[in-house]
Amino acid sequence: MREINVQEVTAAVKQAAMTANFELGADMLRALEKGAREEESPAGQEVFRQLLENARIAREKRIPICQDCGLTVVFAELGQEVHLVGGDFNEAIQEGVRQGYQAGYLRKSLCHPLTRKNTGDNTPAVIYTTIVPGDQLKLMVVPKGGGSENMSRVFMLRPAAGLAGIKEKVVETVRDAGANPCPPTIIGVGIGGTFEQAALLAKKALLREVGSQHPDPELAALEQELLTMINNLGIGPQGLGGRFTSLAVHINLMPCHIASLPVAVNVQCHASRHQEVVL
Amino acid sequence: MSKTVKLTTPLNDQQITGLRIGDKVLLSGVIYTARDAAHKRLIDLLNAGQELPIEIQGQVMYYVGPSPARPGQAIGAAGPTTSYRMDPYTPQLLARGLKAMIGKGKRSPEVIDAMIKYRAVYLGATGGAGALISQAIKEAQVLAYEDLGPEAIHRLVVEDFPTIVINDCQGHDLYEEGVKKYAR
Ligand code: SF4
Repeated sequence: MREINVQEVTAAVKQAAMTANFELGADMLRALEKGAREEESPAGQEVFRQLLENARIAREKRIPICQDCGLTVVFAELGQEVHLVGGDFNEAIQEGVRQGYQAGYLRKSLCHPLTRKNTGDNTPAVIYTTIVPGDQLKLMVVPKGGGSENMSRVFMLRPAAGLAGIKEKVVETVRDAGANPCPPTIIGVGIGGTFEQAALLAKKALLREVGSQHPDPELAALEQELLTMINNLGIGPQGLGGRFTSLAVHINLMPCHIASLPVAVNVQCHASRHQEVVL
Repeated sequence: MSKTVKLTTPLNDQQITGLRIGDKVLLSGVIYTARDAAHKRLIDLLNAGQELPIEIQGQVMYYVGPSPARPGQAIGAAGPTTSYRMDPYTPQLLARGLKAMIGKGKRSPEVIDAMIKYRAVYLGATGGAGALISQAIKEAQVLAYEDLGPEAIHRLVVEDFPTIVINDCQGHDLYEEGVKKYAR
């Protein structure tokens, strides 16, 4: 049994929320550089140039990559040998978000869904905790922007719709989103599970390293095929027309009920921010 | 062929009619920020026949809800927000002489028609380039509706703010035409 004080959790979440908002990951930077080299449309090239410059300014001057500093989603993987001490684990995460958004001059973007009154401190974060083997606590802090989240969808397809139906819905989601989710985007696709599990699979798919291959060769091929179909739409960076509408498609799949075929598409803008800490 | 144009606010009809979709516009001078909540209040005033807190004629409105400024900085990250939420309010402001709007994403047919009728343009700024755009903003002051926080109307002084013409006053739409060109 290993003890972890929840104060460490607060400190880690605080730091990760700030770092995620100031520093774009190396995989995203490589993907943007590839886009800058290969994009054909002049307006699209200019967008890639601006996004690389934006990432540099954000990192050096500690200005958020995007003013929408997101709703904070936290994925916690708690080792079953860990004993959490010193207080309430969930509240420790919320406190980390509160402190990080204050200290980092990050925008507080959460409100009551009906009155629209801002909660003032960017809480509550959405927290998913799973218990895993081991004696470590892994925290993945994911600030998720509203513009791209708004363009995401869940479909409960008929099983007969099959692979063709899945492809159609993924491409349709990206087409209808147009310029709104700040392309170039990453497209997370969750196939199977239940209504809500499909959405969670899609969101987790966004966390995979951009440019990495799916371990299942058939799904790797499907990801490539979907990416080509999406980029053939011609939407391009910022919707101005061009070759790169999306930088990657990531699929997560699990078995589903014999009567269902749930498919979720989670759209992630180029401000793909996530920061992992292991305690 | 698209061109790069430097413009200083306030804008007149002649400057607007010279712009075409795809032109890069580097904007300098005073511009105003407003999101949906501020738009609603402006339109409520107009409908009640009252004066607006800002002169709209010849002006530029930027759809943005910036992140807080660090001490010593004019503003935090300040990229555009999605424009369609402002569509229901926009034609009335265009009728009052608003000459340009900066945002991201498609506008409604009503807004596009009003841009043609009243000679105005819609400029796109790069969504998610909040840190980059903040460097073009030299001053920021709350001008009205302070209670709306980041959604208050701010008066910004900008220098070479980078934008691209999405809708010109001839009715062209870069989102439509650009996409057509690259679709396969
Ligand atoms: S969609 Fe992403 S990049 Fe665009 S404004 Fe929202 S958070 Fe920023």
